[in-house]
Amino acid sequence: MNLFVRFFTSLKLTVVLLAFAIVLVFIGTIAQADEGLYGAQAHYFKQWIVLGAHMFGHKIPLILPGGYLLGVLLLVNLVASHVFRFEFSRKKLGIQLAHAGVIVLLVGQLSTDLLSRELQMHFTEGQTLNYSDSATDYELIFNAGGEVTAIPEKLLHAGDELKISSLPFTIRVQQRWHNSDMNYRAPMMQNAPALTTNGLAVNFDFRKLDDVKAMDSRNIPTVVFELRTPAGSLGTWVASDWASDAALIEAVRNGYAQMGAGMAQKIVSQLVVPQSVVVDGKKFTFALRAARVYHPFSLTLLKATHTTYPGTDIPKDFRSRVRIDNAKSGEKREVEISMNHPLRYGGYTYYQYQMDAGQMAEQAGRTPTSVLSVVRNPGWLTPYVGCGMVGAGLLIQFLYHLAGFVTKRPKK
Amino acid sequence: MKTILQKWLPAGLMLVMALWFLGNLAAPKDKDFAFTEFGQLPLTANGRVVPLDSLARNSLLAIREKQTVNTEPWKGWNEHPKIIPATEWLANVMMNPAVADNWPVFRVDNPDLVSLLKLPDKGDKSDGKHYSWNQIQPAIDTFEKENERVQKVEAANRTAYENAIAKMHERLTLYAQLKNSVQPADAQDWPAELSWFEQHIPDGIAAAQAQQAGKPYDKTNFTAFVAAIERFQFMANLEPPLLLPPNGAREWRRMGDALLDAPRPNGVPIDAAIHDWAKMAGALAGNQPDQFNAALRDLRSLLVPTQSAALDKARAEVFFNQMQPFYGAMVIYILAGLLAIFSWFGAGEVAATPSSPKLAAMPGHPDDDQTRRSGTATPSDEGVAAPSLSETLRRSSVWLVWLAFVIHTTGLVYRMVLEGRPPVTNLYSSAIFIGWGAVLLGLILEKFHRNGIGLVVASVIGFITLIIAHHLALEGDTMEMMRAVLDTNFWLATHVVSVTIGYASTYVAGFLALIYILRGVFTKTLDAATGKSLARMIYGIVCFATLFSFVGTVLGGIWADQSWGRFWGWDPKENGALIIVLWNALILHLRWGGLIRERGLVNCAIFGNIVTAWSWFGVNMLGIGLHSYGFTEAAFQWLVLFVVSQLAFIGLGLLPLKWWKSHRATPAAI
Repeated sequence: MNLFVRFFTSLKLTVVLLAFAIVLVFIGTIAQADEGLYGAQAHYFKQWIVLGAHMFGHKIPLILPGGYLLGVLLLVNLVASHVFRFEFSRKKLGIQLAHAGVIVLLVGQLSTDLLSRELQMHFTEGQTLNYSDSATDYELIFNAGGEVTAIPEKLLHAGDELKISSLPFTIRVQQRWHNSDMNYRAPMMQNAPALTTNGLAVNFDFRKLDDVKAMDSRNIPTVVFELRTPAGSLGTWVASDWASDAALIEAVRNGYAQMGAGMAQKIVSQLVVPQSVVVDGKKFTFALRAARVYHPFSLTLLKATHTTYPGTDIPKDFRSRVRIDNAKSGEKREVEISMNHPLRYGGYTYYQYQMDAGQMAEQAGRTPTSVLSVVRNPGWLTPYVGCGMVGAGLLIQFLYHLAGFVTKRPKK
Repeated sequence: MKTILQKWLPAGLMLVMALWFLGNLAAPKDKDFAFTEFGQLPLTANGRVVPLDSLARNSLLAIREKQTVNTEPWKGWNEHPKIIPATEWLANVMMNPAVADNWPVFRVDNPDLVSLLKLPDKGDKSDGKHYSWNQIQPAIDTFEKENERVQKVEAANRTAYENAIAKMHERLTLYAQLKNSVQPADAQDWPAELSWFEQHIPDGIAAAQAQQAGKPYDKTNFTAFVAAIERFQFMANLEPPLLLPPNGAREWRRMGDALLDAPRPNGVPIDAAIHDWAKMAGALAGNQPDQFNAALRDLRSLLVPTQSAALDKARAEVFFNQMQPFYGAMVIYILAGLLAIFSWFGAGEVAATPSSPKLAAMPGHPDDDQTRRSGTATPSDEGVAAPSLSETLRRSSVWLVWLAFVIHTTGLVYRMVLEGRPPVTNLYSSAIFIGWGAVLLGLILEKFHRNGIGLVVASVIGFITLIIAHHLALEGDTMEMMRAVLDTNFWLATHVVSVTIGYASTYVAGFLALIYILRGVFTKTLDAATGKSLARMIYGIVCFATLFSFVGTVLGGIWADQSWGRFWGWDPKENGALIIVLWNALILHLRWGGLIRERGLVNCAIFGNIVTAWSWFGVNMLGIGLHSYGFTEAAFQWLVLFVVSQLAFIGLGLLPLKWWKSHRATPAAI
């Protein structure tokens, strides 16, 4: 026991952990060029043990403690030192406070990691939404006259057959692609057979792509699945976010614009045609879309403004005016959300994220749209508290030393 | 005599340098064309109101990497090549390209690019580095073809040659923009062409309407009118700076846009400002200074009623440009640093001269407090004895560093007022501010220790950071507007300033450590007391650095939380700052745990230089993340060189003591 305490309260452990942390952060930064920001986060920081690393385009064999392990060990080290070596003296006050602040920060970050949720709200001017979309998670939904069954995309594995009590059929997953590409099957040039002979796949080809690495791009998932009843197969379909996400659909329209506006419109309308299947007289419409979280209130985008500095494209301001409608509390008010000025409401914080508005959108004849980043983070206050404690602690300690330094000097 | 000299030398030297600096403040007098006054005209460029003088200097920095034009660069300085100020150059580019196009202003360093453009080598009428627009034009098609290919290569994957192409493309574009900001670049007699256009607006509109309605119309007039419109369209499409002041509902306007606006049903007719510019253009091309100056005065008086704020701001910025405080400070830092370094060696020589026997008792360096305490020297009565040469040099250096610091501060504050921003808004101003903070810390250290060490640190870091700033200024307008997410003075003042002070103090600790190694290994001047005092300084500064880098980094996280809802995103710049915090914390824990002593501390502090350089510049070179600003290849090479040099110093620091000169001098020293 004594050995155990000595190990976890030792300064040498702190030093070793700090050194490992420096190496890990450095490698995890370099690796972002190869693995992308999110890939590197998962590989190095949100990880217990790191096996192998990517640096400058090379794979390097190494074993390192990951961010979680280092964080937890540092936390144990800190707490143990506090518990077993705490002494209250003026000399140590600043140091104690600073270390307590570091504990708050570490605990706060671990809790953020476990509890926080990042969502998005995409709306066009005038649109009202009572839900937010996940930026990373998707769901396959079956809608039978308003009764929605949502299956998280994560649960779909190629080869599995899922049975859901609310659905009169099973889902046999044939393909599930994290990231995919979509192409229109031009009528005269169908060189490869369609994926399936139903729905979307008649007019569009889908194919698997590697996961994206760049920071502001995302994966576009696609699944191919067969629906079966005991009586036999109902058919095979393709469901894809390509057909659900408004921004992607707009991008498809622009991509085919060179074929003429009419043709682009035709392609888009074929892309967004709802797919459905009828079983026992009941119609099930299905789609793969961003996972939704419903709120007990709604937001309406009243106006999206994007201003630039005169004579340049340098963005000066992004601003969304929204109306909060909360039937429960009877609230109905307008607020402005802009860069650095988020809205905190109903346990979520709404940040201005992306925007398609201003002159560019106006000239292209697009309705202004705005994307809010919606975050729930119960630990959001911990950095403020932790920073204050460490700052104050270090300042006290520093002034204490400085006072000692100045008074110790011999008089001239 | 000698005493008086030594007494007054410091103040005298400072006075000389101060006069040198103040002498540069006066704007050059205009001989015929009032180019200085021309430079004070406000316009809108890069999204802000700037004087023409700033546009001229920034454009020249981007194109020629200098703020003036040498029209005969093949001549040696002793042959008096003709040097013209930026405003005169800009005026000619805008309004008299027949002359300006022959000036060799495009700097080309890449030999492959020189041969691609078939430019002459060094020789008669060529210095092999600077070429004119007219010299480049014959090969422009070849260049465009290459450029088209290069633009498709991702910036991070470009070769040196491809980078040179991309840079040349930017320079040519900028030049073309300037050429099309007052008149169409191909105008032969702009005042006449403008008045023709103005007179033919009604006919032109009538002809265009008739043509559209399928009725008979005047073909000659119509064709000429359409040709004029096309030229103006070309001008507007290049998006040159906005020269014309607001008129009615219109904000600052581009000349091309205003000319296109005039024939429109609700357009602003061709106004006085357009005419005044045309008159200036005609007068410059016709070499009529009086007419030029008269038109310039008309334009100014036109601005007075509505644009007095812009005029004031423009005048203030021109004064700042003329002052060049960071250049002045940089020169004085060099001088001060040399004097401080000499002060470490000067003592021995003086001690040897018989004229000052008292000084023979002085220790080997002027660290009076420390030596006195360590008891190696008898206390000398400073009040009576003439100051040693060493002390005179040190005091001269103190005065000079203070002078440079005052100039540096003036520049920093002036910039803040001009911009209405906290001190650090971009990479350029971070260099200015890191230097400023380090100099301040160095002066404080010198105040306490009086041994020249703080001075050397202050002047060396001051000089290096200002050199870095000078090179960063080549990227363009250093007072650029802040993008939406950065447009917050609160966070710029708290997060950015704290992090930058963290950088500055980490560098101070690192440079103190360098002094320790250099003096210890190569000189006999590092005795036990000096070593100990250096180590104490380093320790204190590392504590200070930990405080500021930590607070700054966490404040950055809080800013991120405020603006996009995540406290920490493992973005490269964030990680760079985090590594500085971790490194400083590691040093402190190593020291507390007794795992390192004096020399270990010194070596760790030098490594802090690498860590800080990585965070300041290295992460930008990864080209990923929210904070990356792009970089130049030269910057990368310098960074590598810096890192290697610091590793070499650490290597020196690890040498066995028997190889240290100071240790051999007094074995107990280290």
